[in-house]
Amino acid sequence: MSTVNQTAKGEHHYAHHFRDAMHEFLTSKEGIWVFMVTEILMFGGLFVGYFIFHALYPETFHEGASHLAWKMGALNTVVLIASSWTMALSIHYIQRGLNSKATMCLIITILCGFIFMIVKYFEYTSKIQHGLLPGKFFHYHEAVSQQLPLYFGFYFCMTGLHGIHVVLGMSLIGWVLYRHLKGEFNPHYFTAVEGVGIFWHIVDLIWIFLFPLLYLVG
Amino acid sequence: MGNTHASGDNYINHEKGLWSWLTTIDHKRIGLMYMIVILFFFLCGGIAAMLIRLELFASGPLFDGNTYNQILTYHGAIMVFMVIVPGIPAILGNFFLPIHIGAKDVAFPKLNLASWYVFMAGAILAISTLFTTKIDTGWTFYTPYSIKTGTAVVTMVMAAFIMGMSSILTGLNFIVTVHKLRAPGMTMGRIPLFVWAVYSTAILQVLATPVLGITLLLLAMERTLGVGIFDPARGGDPVLFQHFFWFYSHPAVYIMILPAMGIVSEIIAAFSRKTIFGYTAIAYSSLGIAAVSFFVWGHHMFVSGQSEIAGIVFSFLTMLVGVPTAIKMFNWLATMYRGSISFESPMLFAMGFLFLFAIGGVTGIMLATVGLDVHFHDTYFVVAHFHYVMVGGTLMALTGGLYYWFPKMFGKMFNEFWARISFVLIFIGFNVTFFPQFVLGAMGMPRRYADYVPAYESLNKISSIGAWTIGVGFLVALYVIIEGLMSKRIAPANPWGAKTLEWQVQSPPTHHNFEVEPVVTAGPYEYR
Amino acid sequence: MNWFLALMNTVAVNTASAAGKSFMPPVGTEIASDVDNLYSFLLWTSFLGCVILIGGMIFFAVKYKRRTDNDKTPYISHNMALEFLWSFIPLVLFLVVFAWGWKVYHDMRVMPENAFEIHVQAKQWQWDFMYKSGKVSTNDFFVPVGIPVKLVMASEDVLHSFYIPSMRIKQDVVPGRYTTLWFKADKTGDYQIFCTEYCGAAHSAMLAKMHVVPAPDFEKWLQENEEGLTLAQKGEKLYNSKGCIACHSTDGSVKVGPSWKGLWGSTGHTMANGKSVTVDENYIRESILNPNADIVKGFSAGLMPAQQGLLTEDQLTALIEYIKTLK
Repeated sequence: MSTVNQTAKGEHHYAHHFRDAMHEFLTSKEGIWVFMVTEILMFGGLFVGYFIFHALYPETFHEGASHLAWKMGALNTVVLIASSWTMALSIHYIQRGLNSKATMCLIITILCGFIFMIVKYFEYTSKIQHGLLPGKFFHYHEAVSQQLPLYFGFYFCMTGLHGIHVVLGMSLIGWVLYRHLKGEFNPHYFTAVEGVGIFWHIVDLIWIFLFPLLYLVG
Repeated sequence: MGNTHASGDNYINHEKGLWSWLTTIDHKRIGLMYMIVILFFFLCGGIAAMLIRLELFASGPLFDGNTYNQILTYHGAIMVFMVIVPGIPAILGNFFLPIHIGAKDVAFPKLNLASWYVFMAGAILAISTLFTTKIDTGWTFYTPYSIKTGTAVVTMVMAAFIMGMSSILTGLNFIVTVHKLRAPGMTMGRIPLFVWAVYSTAILQVLATPVLGITLLLLAMERTLGVGIFDPARGGDPVLFQHFFWFYSHPAVYIMILPAMGIVSEIIAAFSRKTIFGYTAIAYSSLGIAAVSFFVWGHHMFVSGQSEIAGIVFSFLTMLVGVPTAIKMFNWLATMYRGSISFESPMLFAMGFLFLFAIGGVTGIMLATVGLDVHFHDTYFVVAHFHYVMVGGTLMALTGGLYYWFPKMFGKMFNEFWARISFVLIFIGFNVTFFPQFVLGAMGMPRRYADYVPAYESLNKISSIGAWTIGVGFLVALYVIIEGLMSKRIAPANPWGAKTLEWQVQSPPTHHNFEVEPVVTAGPYEYR
Repeated sequence: MNWFLALMNTVAVNTASAAGKSFMPPVGTEIASDVDNLYSFLLWTSFLGCVILIGGMIFFAVKYKRRTDNDKTPYISHNMALEFLWSFIPLVLFLVVFAWGWKVYHDMRVMPENAFEIHVQAKQWQWDFMYKSGKVSTNDFFVPVGIPVKLVMASEDVLHSFYIPSMRIKQDVVPGRYTTLWFKADKTGDYQIFCTEYCGAAHSAMLAKMHVVPAPDFEKWLQENEEGLTLAQKGEKLYNSKGCIACHSTDGSVKVGPSWKGLWGSTGHTMANGKSVTVDENYIRESILNPNADIVKGFSAGLMPAQQGLLTEDQLTALIEYIKTLK
C-alpha cells in the first residue's frame, strides 16, 4: 500500500493524505476529542436518568448509598487520579526521549487500573453476597425502600459501564506500552500515547463524577 | 505502489480482486461497498413495505396480527437504521465529501473501513433476528411493550446500538475531515453545500447517537436484569424511555433529511447553471436546523402524558425549525430564477424532491400545532407526513444523487430514457400511495393497524396500488444502475457542466483523487 | 371490480360531503369545531404555500428552460430584503398557528369542574369502563349528552391510547399512573373509539363504541347494575378487608397514619420534607403503592407496607373513589 510515507526508521511518518506529521497529529487529536464528546454524552444519558430518579425517590438513593463502602470508592478515586498523573507523565517523558521512565509510568498506570478493578471486585462480591443486585435479582431482605433494586440497577449500570471502560483503557495502554517497547514512539511521533492518554483521563473524569453521586450524595 | 498513474488508472482498477475491496481504505471504494449493502437492505425493507400494503389492500386479515406487526417492525427498523440514516452520508458522503474539499481521503481511512465492518456486524445481527424470534415492537421499541414481549428485542437493540456506533464513527470522521483536510484556499465559505449538509449531519450523529446508545443499552438491561428504570411495576417510568428515545430520534430525522437537502442544492445549481442563491443562508440554516433539532423531541409526545406546558414549549420550538426549512425551499426556488434549466433525470428527482418536500413540510407544521396534533397523532396522517419527508425527501434525493454522480463514480453514462421512466413511476406512485393516507389520517385511521374498519377500505386500495407502482419504479432505477454499469457509454469528466471540484478530476477519479493538491480560488458555484 | 365501484362511490360521497370539512370525521363536540377551523386555516395557507413553491418551481422550469448550451445566467448571490421576507413571513405565520394551537390544546387539557367521571381501564386488548355506581362495561359504554364527561384512565400492562375521532381528542394510557381526558358530547349517536398506541397482536382490534344518549336513557342504563355495589362501596369494603382501617380513620381522628376524612382535594397537604402537595388521584395512588416516597408531616416512615403488586388497578380505583366520598 502506498498509504504511508515512511522516512528513516524511528523518525516521524504520516499517511499520504496529510501535509506533514504535525497535520496528522493535530487531526488525530481532534478525532480523539470528538470521540470523547460521544463518550461523555453516553454517560450523560445515564446521569440524567440518575438525577430524575434521585429527585423522585431521594430516600431510596440515601438508603442505597448507605450500603456502599465509601472508603473503597475513595481509595479508587485516589488510585485513578494517580494513574492519570502517571499517564500524563509518560507522555511528558516520551516527548523528551526518556524512554525507560516512560515505560515505568505506563506500567504503573496499568497497575493502577488493576488495583481499581480489584477493589471493584471486592465491592461487587460484597453486594452480590448481600443480594444487593439490580432489579429482579435483588434479594436483600432488610430493604426499607421499595425502589432499592432500582438504585442498584443504576449502581451496577453506571459502575459496570465505567468498569468496561477501565478495562478497555488498560488494554489500550497495554497496546501503547507494547509499541513503546518496540521503539515506535519518539519525541516527534507519539500520537497513539496522546490519544490513549486523553481516553484514560476521560475515564477518570467520569469516575470523579460517579463517586460522589453514588457514594456520597446518596 | 501507485505513485505514477498511467492513463486509465483509476480507483476501481487500481487494485484487483475481492480481497483488495474488503481491505481497502480508499473512501471511494468504501462508499461503493456501502452502496451495495444499503441497496440490498433497501430491497429487503421494500419487500416488507409491499407486504404491508398487501395486508392493507382489503379489510379483513391476511396475515395474523403478530405477523403483520413483525413485518411492520422490520420495514421500519431496516429502512431507518440500515437505509435512510446511513444512506446518503455513507454512500455519497464517503465518496464525495473528501473530493469536494480537495482532500485525498477522509481524516481516518482505517476507521472509515472499520465503520463499514461495524455497520455490517450490526446489520447482520439485526437480520439474524429474522431467523430466531422476529421482533414485533415497532422500530421505536416503546416500553413497557418492549420489556414484556417475548421476542428477540435484546438482539435487535444491540444491533441498533452497533449500527449507531458505526454512525458515530462516520460522523466523527467527517467532522475532522472538514475541519482539517480542506485544500489550500478551500475556506469554510467555499465548501459545497453538500459538504455543509453532511457536516451538519455529522454533528448530529456525534451528539445524538450516544444518547440512543445508552437508551438501548438500558432497554437491554431492563430485559435481562429487570433494572426497572422504564418499568412502572418497579417504580420506573415508561414515558422516560420516550424522552430518551426521541432525544436521539428527532435529531435522527434531520440526520436523514439534511444530506438530502445538500444533494438538492448541488443538483439545482448544476442543472440551472447558476450560482446558488443564498449560499450563506443555506449553510447556516443547516447548522440552525441541527441545533434546534435537539430541543424539539417532545413533539412526538403531545399525548403521551407529559405536562401541558411541555407540550406548548415543544410546539413552539418545533415551529422555529420550520423557518430554516422554509428558507432553504425559497433559496432553491430563487436559484432556478433566470437560470438555464435542463431536465435530465437528476434534476427531475431534485424537482420531485421540492414538490414532495413542500407537502411534507406544510403537513409538518400541521403536526407541530399542538391542538391539531392531538387529533392526528398516531394516525395515518403522521405516516403520510413522514413518508413525504423520508421517501419523498431523502430517497428521492438519494436516487437523484446516485444518477447525478453515477458518471463520476463509474465513468459510465446511464440510460437517460429509463432513468426518466423510473422518475415518473416513483413520483406518481408515491403520490398515489401517500396522498390518500393524509385523508385516511384526517378521517381518523390509526397507524400500525393490521386491519381497519370498512370505511377506510377504498382509500387503502388506492394506496396499495400506488405502493406497488413505487416498487416497480425502484426496480427500474436498479435496472438503470446495472445497465449503466454494463454499458460501454464512456462518461466525460464533467457531463453536466458543474463547477464543484469532483467534476474537475477524471471520471472515475484516480486512487488519490488529486495528483497535485488543488489550490482553490473561488466558491463552488461560479457560473458566470 | 366490486371494490372499484365501491371506491368510486366513496370518492363521490366523500368529495361531496367533505368539501367543507376536509375529510375530518363528523363533529361531536364544540372543541372539534375549533380543531376543524384551525385545520381549515392551515389547509388553506398550506395550499397557498404549496402553490407558491411548487407553482413557482414549475413556472421557472418552463420560463427558464435551457435554450442553448451556451446560455449565460446572471450571478445573483443573495438579496437581503427577499431573504428577510421569506424568513419573517413564515415565522409570523408559524407563531400565529402555534398560538392558535395552544389555545385549542389548553381547552382540551383543562378539566372542567364537576364533570361526570368514568374510570377507564385499558389492558391487552380491551377497554373497561367503570362508573361510580359500580357499573362496569367492556368495550361499549354510555355517556349522557350535553354534560362534560371526564375519563380517568389507567393501564394494566402496556401503553394504550384512547382516541375518539369525532371529539378530536386522544390521550395515552400509561401503566403506573392516571391520565385524563374530557369532552362534552353535543349530539346523541354512536361513536367509534380506537386504541392508537401500538400494544401488540390485537392492537387493531382494540376498539370500543361510545353511545351518547339523553340523560334519562343514560340513568336507566346506569341502573342496570350487576353487583349492586357502587364503586365507592367496593372501596369501603376494601378499606375494611385490606386492613387500611387499622391505621387510617374516616372520622378525622389521628391514628398511626393520617385520617382520610376531608383528605380528597386538599391543597396544602404538607410533607415531612416541607413540600406541600395537592391530593389527587396520582398522589393517593403513590401513597398506597409506595407509601415511603413521601411521608406526611407528623407521621413516621416505614410503617405502612407498600401495596405495589398487592392491589389490582380496579381495587385502587375503588379505594380512591371511597376516599373521594369522605368529605
